[in-house]
Amino acid sequence: MPNLSYLKALNRAIGDEMERDAAVCVLGEDVGVAVSYATAGLLRRFGRDRVLDTPISEQAFTGFATGAAMAGMRPLVEFQIPALLFLVFEQIANQAHKFSLMTGGQTRVPVTYLLPGSGSRDSWAGQHSDHPYSLFAHVGVKTVVPATATDAYGLLVTAIRDDDPVVVFAPSGALGLREVVDFADLAPVPLGVGRVHRAGADVTVVAVGHLVHDALAVAEDLAGSISVEVFDPRSLYPFDWQGLAASLERTGRLVVVDDSNRSCGIGAEILATAAEEMRLIAPPRRITRPDGAVLPFARELDLACQPTRAQLRAAVEKTVGAG
Amino acid sequence: MAEPAADPVGLYRTVSLIRGFEQRAVALVRTGVIRGGIHPCTGQEAVAAGTCAALRPDDVITSTHRGHGHVLAKGADPARMMAELAGRTTGLNRGRGGSMHAADFGVGILGADAIVGAAVPIATGAAWAFRRAGSDRVAVAYFGDGAVSQGVVLETFNLAALWRVPVVLVCENNGFATSMRPADTMAGSVVGRAAAFGIPASTVDGMDPQAVLDATAEAVARARSGGGPSLLECATYRFDAHHTWEHTARPRYRTDEEVAEGKARDPLEIQGARIPAATRAAIDAETGARLDEAVRFALAGPHPDPATALDHLYATGMRARAGAL
Ligand SMILES: Cc1ncc(C[n+]2csc(CCOP(=O)(O)OP(=O)(O)O)c2C)c(N)n1
Repeated sequence: MPNLSYLKALNRAIGDEMERDAAVCVLGEDVGVAVSYATAGLLRRFGRDRVLDTPISEQAFTGFATGAAMAGMRPLVEFQIPALLFLVFEQIANQAHKFSLMTGGQTRVPVTYLLPGSGSRDSWAGQHSDHPYSLFAHVGVKTVVPATATDAYGLLVTAIRDDDPVVVFAPSGALGLREVVDFADLAPVPLGVGRVHRAGADVTVVAVGHLVHDALAVAEDLAGSISVEVFDPRSLYPFDWQGLAASLERTGRLVVVDDSNRSCGIGAEILATAAEEMRLIAPPRRITRPDGAVLPFARELDLACQPTRAQLRAAVEKTVGAG
Repeated sequence: MAEPAADPVGLYRTVSLIRGFEQRAVALVRTGVIRGGIHPCTGQEAVAAGTCAALRPDDVITSTHRGHGHVLAKGADPARMMAELAGRTTGLNRGRGGSMHAADFGVGILGADAIVGAAVPIATGAAWAFRRAGSDRVAVAYFGDGAVSQGVVLETFNLAALWRVPVVLVCENNGFATSMRPADTMAGSVVGRAAAFGIPASTVDGMDPQAVLDATAEAVARARSGGGPSLLECATYRFDAHHTWEHTARPRYRTDEEVAEGKARDPLEIQGARIPAATRAAIDAETGARLDEAVRFALAGPHPDPATALDHLYATGMRARAGAL
């Protein structure tokens, strides 16, 4: 069976959707030659009419995608670095996201924003290492963070077919992952449905994006002593609160590991909702980047800001001990 | 449906309609029926009337915070528009948009936009999608003189020219961005900025509906036939305050003499002088009656049920978690 890489899964999802629906088009910087690989081969297959190399004008082409979507297209916009989302936050949060409500339901804005290489890229420093998914969940823009190749395929397909704007964060820490799959098994993954990667009885670890793999490693490490359930929400907005509640019914303990800043991050929301509404027999904990972090350049400083397996393990042990 | 506005009588009717609409809307703001205030376009009616007269019903526009004129000229029902301003479910946007977001997709109004310059790429993207679909529909993007200092607008000029998008860029230069004059905020000129991107551009008398119509017709023809974007700077004048709350702070940024001078070139008079006096009186009576009825319709409309506050948040019907609701 093929050993599908995460990046190839993204590429395949875009190609399949362009094949299926002539309204799907791709725009972004250097998408023709596919510097990120996600758009590889698409120009040859679909032509300049549907694969548009844009000038370095993020605000214009993001607003342009909104108009094209309202006029019947389904654009996928690729951004070369996650920090560019700060530049186009206006066009996504304030325009694309708001049009349905502000027009009283007269229009839909089916745009997908793809971020191949979000989060720390191993010493790319302050302006290339953000992972701003919590911002989009906060404003209510549909936000997904796939952890595996099959989920990358399935969630991107769903994002492209969705009639609302969706931001797809592909963590740089996951891009190199591979998964043995049968192509026939690749299928859309619905938004708002999490995935239990490993069942457990003592504690639920909610892990976002590439951190799912760290959580699985920690769970394996602890297997003799602590039974860890690893829950991957897959989409952060909408969030699978039911799935989380069901997991906490089994374990009663919660640790969240989230590669975004602590204050007002998605980790805070997960803890708060669990504390308000779900079964908890011990105080929940979260491992995140520091408050307001800007990732420093030097490798050891970059790593010092990111959640680690050691921190996760310690948090799990403490949470279970406190139970 | 859109007004048959391209003849002198039609142009006058549109100007009269917009003028009367704004007068009634301002009065409803003063009595608290319209909340949040409005940005009246009184004095600028020629731009809306002239540009929209050059468009087909299936062409589209995006508008600005000062958009009532554009929206009415493109063919929105004044009654549903007034109901929208009054926040009723019978409004164009079911009371979800208000003055600054009025939209009517049925007649090609993709929406007014309250962020200065933000709708310029949106109109451009829509126009591109039309051409891609093999149609000859065009889009008009309205924006103020203040908007040409927004990066996203200049970025969009580049995209539009590069990809020969069938969009007509209409800069409504009313002499002010709130209190600031173009001479104090704009290096170079509007037309000069377009020229830098190779976009054909001209300045037209924005107080004269016929002049605006003629210039727009040329730009629209160019766009339809594959000639790409054009920019039209309409030199006009805002008679009223920037916004209806201006009377509370009373900022002084222009003299009474200057306002009087501006008002001397009133599009209502300029176009009115071109049609028989009896016709003019009949149109005024007709638009007046229509607008009085619009106000009645607006006031009779139901207020939305608070439980529906987040309806339409997602096109897919996804429901947000309750939060405060
Ligand atoms: C990007 C942005 N900055 C500031 C504002 C606040 N604001 C609203 S209207 C306005 C002036 C706009 O001037 P202009 O574009 O000339 O349009 P006009 O009001 O004259 O029609 C400003 C600064 C805004 N809405 N959007």
